Amino acid sequence: MSVNDAAPRRSGSSFTALWRLGPYLRPVGVPVAGAAAATLAALLCGLTIPLVTQRIIDGPLTNGRTGQAIWLILLVAALGAAEAGCFYGRRKLIARPTALVESRMRADLFRHLLRLPIGFHEHWQSGQLLSRAVNDLVTLRKFLAFAAVFLVVNSLTLLVGLALLFSIEPSLALVGLCSFAPLLLVSFFFETRYKAAAREVQDQTGHFTTIVEETMLGIRVLRSFGQGRARARVFRDQARLLRRGEMRIVRIMAALSTALLILPELGIAGQLALGGTGIAHGTLTLGDLVAAVTVSTYLRWPTECIGWALAETSTAAAACDRYWEIRDTEPDITDPPRPRPAAQPVRGALRFENVSFQHPGADRPVLRGVDLEIRPGETLALVGATGSGKTTLAGLVPRMADVSAGRITVDGVDIRELALTELRTIVGCAFEDPMLSSLTIRDNVALGAPDATDDEIRAALRTASAEEFVDALGPDGLGTRIGEQGLSLSGGQRQRLALARAIVGRPALLVLDDPLSALDLHTEAEVERALRRVLRNSTALVVAHRPNTARMADRVAVLADGRIAALGTHRELLDSSAHYRSLMSVTPLRTPGAPDGEVMSR
Amino acid sequence: MSGGEPAAEVLEPVSAAVPEAPARTADTEAVEDAAVLDRATHRRVRRRSRALLYSLLRPWRWQVVVAMAALILENVAQLIGPLLIAQAIDHGIPRAVAGDSGRLMWCVAGFTGCGVLAAAARFGFFRLSGAIGQSLLLDLRTRIFQHARRLPVAFHESYTSGKVISRLTSDIDAVRDLVEGSLDGLLTSLLTVAGITVLLLWLDLPLALIVLVSIVPLVMMTRWFRERSQRAYRRARNTVADIITQFGETMNAVRAVQAFRAERRKHAAMNDLNEVFRDAHTEALGVVARYTAGVRLAGNIALALVLALGCWRVNEGALPLGVLTAFVLYLRRFYDPLDELATFTNLYAAASAALEKISGFLATPSSVPEPEAPKPLPADRPGRGRLVFRAVDFRYAADGPVVLHRLDLTIPAGQTVAVVGATGAGKSTIGKLAARFYDPSSGQVLLDGVDLREIADADLRRELTLVTQENFLFTGTIAENIALARPGASRAEVRAAAEAIGADAFISGLPDGYDTEVRKRGNRLSAGQRQMVALTRAFLADPTVLLLDEATSSLDIPTELTVQRALGALLADRTAVIIAHRLSTVLAADRVLVLEHGRVVEDGSPRELAVAGGPFGLLYARWSASLGEDADPDRPGAAPGAR
Repeated sequence: MSVNDAAPRRSGSSFTALWRLGPYLRPVGVPVAGAAAATLAALLCGLTIPLVTQRIIDGPLTNGRTGQAIWLILLVAALGAAEAGCFYGRRKLIARPTALVESRMRADLFRHLLRLPIGFHEHWQSGQLLSRAVNDLVTLRKFLAFAAVFLVVNSLTLLVGLALLFSIEPSLALVGLCSFAPLLLVSFFFETRYKAAAREVQDQTGHFTTIVEETMLGIRVLRSFGQGRARARVFRDQARLLRRGEMRIVRIMAALSTALLILPELGIAGQLALGGTGIAHGTLTLGDLVAAVTVSTYLRWPTECIGWALAETSTAAAACDRYWEIRDTEPDITDPPRPRPAAQPVRGALRFENVSFQHPGADRPVLRGVDLEIRPGETLALVGATGSGKTTLAGLVPRMADVSAGRITVDGVDIRELALTELRTIVGCAFEDPMLSSLTIRDNVALGAPDATDDEIRAALRTASAEEFVDALGPDGLGTRIGEQGLSLSGGQRQRLALARAIVGRPALLVLDDPLSALDLHTEAEVERALRRVLRNSTALVVAHRPNTARMADRVAVLADGRIAALGTHRELLDSSAHYRSLMSVTPLRTPGAPDGEVMSR
Repeated sequence: MSGGEPAAEVLEPVSAAVPEAPARTADTEAVEDAAVLDRATHRRVRRRSRALLYSLLRPWRWQVVVAMAALILENVAQLIGPLLIAQAIDHGIPRAVAGDSGRLMWCVAGFTGCGVLAAAARFGFFRLSGAIGQSLLLDLRTRIFQHARRLPVAFHESYTSGKVISRLTSDIDAVRDLVEGSLDGLLTSLLTVAGITVLLLWLDLPLALIVLVSIVPLVMMTRWFRERSQRAYRRARNTVADIITQFGETMNAVRAVQAFRAERRKHAAMNDLNEVFRDAHTEALGVVARYTAGVRLAGNIALALVLALGCWRVNEGALPLGVLTAFVLYLRRFYDPLDELATFTNLYAAASAALEKISGFLATPSSVPEPEAPKPLPADRPGRGRLVFRAVDFRYAADGPVVLHRLDLTIPAGQTVAVVGATGAGKSTIGKLAARFYDPSSGQVLLDGVDLREIADADLRRELTLVTQENFLFTGTIAENIALARPGASRAEVRAAAEAIGADAFISGLPDGYDTEVRKRGNRLSAGQRQMVALTRAFLADPTVLLLDEATSSLDIPTELTVQRALGALLADRTAVIIAHRLSTVLAADRVLVLEHGRVVEDGSPRELAVAGGPFGLLYARWSASLGEDADPDRPGAAPGAR
């Protein structure tokens, strides 16, 4: 039982953790204060009732004046009604504010997460984020609605009760006090251990959530390899870890609850012994003893309640710590303090000047000194081997990440000096992962332009050669829901939706990451044609794997070893760059079934 | 019963308990998502939740009995306490006043003993019930998970992972709150109330009658409360699932959300859900407020009445003062548990709303069920890997368009078939049917003469692997992700597979090589690298039949050539269906199928078809043209629409 038993993760006292809720609690201060007042009033009524009862027993009943008893009994009834009214008031008043605190905290967390850069999201499992946004905040609300109030009120109850005991008979009160005092020590000891255990469970819940989410999103892979059972073992191991954590809490609570039961009982026994002796010596009345025992009995529940409320406080504090861990992460890709306006009209001249990029914590850079210029109206294809950093380079333009060194300018303005929304209005993107959600076609495409009309959405779909298949999906057309991550569609269909999404807002600058990779033979030519139409009117950076995409570009840049290794038209590079030739090579595999070389020989 | 539950060993208790439960469909789910259920639905749902709860508790019935015994012991010990106090006041103290404090001390000792006994019993109860509760939750979590992973892909597409997560976390939390916080509260309360009722009756009948009459409004209030609060909680359950879905989808697409400046809109959408959730909880707590106040009011009025009647009777000399004192003390203990009971009722309402959802999920039948009596696929059967489609019709939804029309197709063992066709022609569907992601609407798919529906899932997966366009990576290292195909594969085997596919070079170049953590969804890897990992998996899985659906789309050409070379060796002696996007892949196949609108319009070797003048011939010509374009961009017959 030394301090060393305290968990190393303990980041501060529960009080400091909960203190940070201040800004959320302040706006709801009045109803909360009202609820506390109602609770106090209920408590006073509750405590007064036994006193009046005592008066009835000691007074009218002993001396036979029944007339007085009627008034006192009516007083009991009135107090009882008032107590019930306060019960109602407390919960009614606390209901909305606590739910409000929860929803505000969640909204703020969500907004904060949306501001945090991609680098952050790559690090954090979404299960951990999700468990914070849902489970931890629900824990906090429950704490505020129940435990917090009970903690305050019951502490007060204990104090008032003890004061009452003292007013009845100091010696009995001292006995009662002796039985409650160790409560503080016990609670403190448990708080340190309990909080660590609570934190452990919350973290395990986050891992647990991650495993569930990944299993559901990866269900096709698991199904294909028949590894559902193996995955179930992973799940079960995690669920067992979670149970182990919960069992630690159970053990602590069992000990705490036992202590909380036995202490007041011992106090009452002591009072009985002492009081009985006192009465025998004529220093006490029977009524005093009855009142003291009644009050002590009444205090049993608050005592137990405090134990429980302290446990909840620790849990809430741990949840709070987890919440602020995210909120305290400062987004490092933000609006500049004084954004410069983009040049009007936007021409879309894009320039990389000695751009380097290194993932935080990585030991070598992905890009080192990229110099590249894309002129207004020009289409530049970016070509390179798998993993050469093409996607990273493309992601720097809409500031998914910031350059480690060098700068990127649009029409001569450093993109870090533009407001983020302005930059991202100028730049339209389609990523290699289409990133669709289970919403309708309309909602998915309109992500790129929320005010787009159905006509505009259809026009974009038509340009991306997607209108036909969208209409074939069903009678709902644009209103058809496409399933989680759009996975009910084929890869080519998803890519075309992503393409439509990129162009629907008519951005001045298009960044397309491998827009044709998943298209099938039949569709490719069609989309290629559409893409040419789009590209003719805008400035574009297109990541390409295939000769036909590269051929569409005015110029091609070859990325190798983090630098632009070659630059020129498709034809020039085919002539001049061996690396480019190998990247674009179309020599087929010779197998018995293939017509030998008759196509490929030039 | 719901048409042969898939390998339902864990589900059987539920199913057995609800033999008449109708199969759940999307329709019943919509009906159950309403906040106010019609009477029949309500009854059905409640029966189903109770059956689930019962089946969860059944394995623990003896432990439950012991825990109950401990609880009863605790309560009895606690009940005797005031009795001893009454003894002390009525007899002990008068004797002590007379000079004999022995009896008083006996009472005190007895009271202390009762306290110690109660504490010990409570400790035992807490430990035991905690263990039962946690095991029960583990059981429930496992059931949900097992059921979820067995449900077909089609189910997950519309149900979304967010809902499964909410079943497994948020709904479970509601059940946990009930199991953890209040089962003891409920039992204690019930036992206390029952015990005290007996004591009160024994102490004084007329006073006790007042107390008993006060129970009538309590019961009525409880009924009202249960109905109203459950309505609010049902709404909360539905909304929290939506919140989780919205949250998960937004975070998984955060790149797109940021790039398209949709932060505000996503935030607004979340706020709407958040508000519904907030209102549901405000409503629930408001109902609790009315209920607890009502309970307390009834109790206090009864107390006043008891006092009135008690005073009168003490005055009449019909009741000893000590009895009235004890009675009033007990009365306090009679009504305090009612608060606990209210708390329990509240938690129960929240938990039953959750159990409704969970039991509904567990009752969802699989549209691709496991066979009850699977036919074996002997490893030494001759000509392994013959895949036959016999008169297969397929549509994704009962009222949806027909995707495949009476497809008859025989793929002999060892053949490599390339499937080409426009989007929507049904190429991927062939792969999905062969991998039994779906079952045909009519007709049969057979592997070595056995209908896929009669093959045990584990057997089928050993024989047949589908690699799709999406290349999901799980949290963990690259090696773990590859070994997913064959758990227990050694590092050397993993490495050999990667070398064969050509993935070894890039993996070895990563900071920690095969032990590199892939981060969330493998985000740090490029799409092409993720595809390499997926293909390495397939290589390691070493199936008899390999189905590749757009599996090489994101590779650069040199890498793709390496992969094709590896696949060439891999596919030489096994059956393969390749949904092909590239001419090079098609030409490497033994046979090409051209699909149009769900029908095979051409079937033959690539060499034959290239010159046969059909659709493939046309495609082939276009290809050749586009490839030739590099040499001569302006030559006639270049890709239509170029320039």
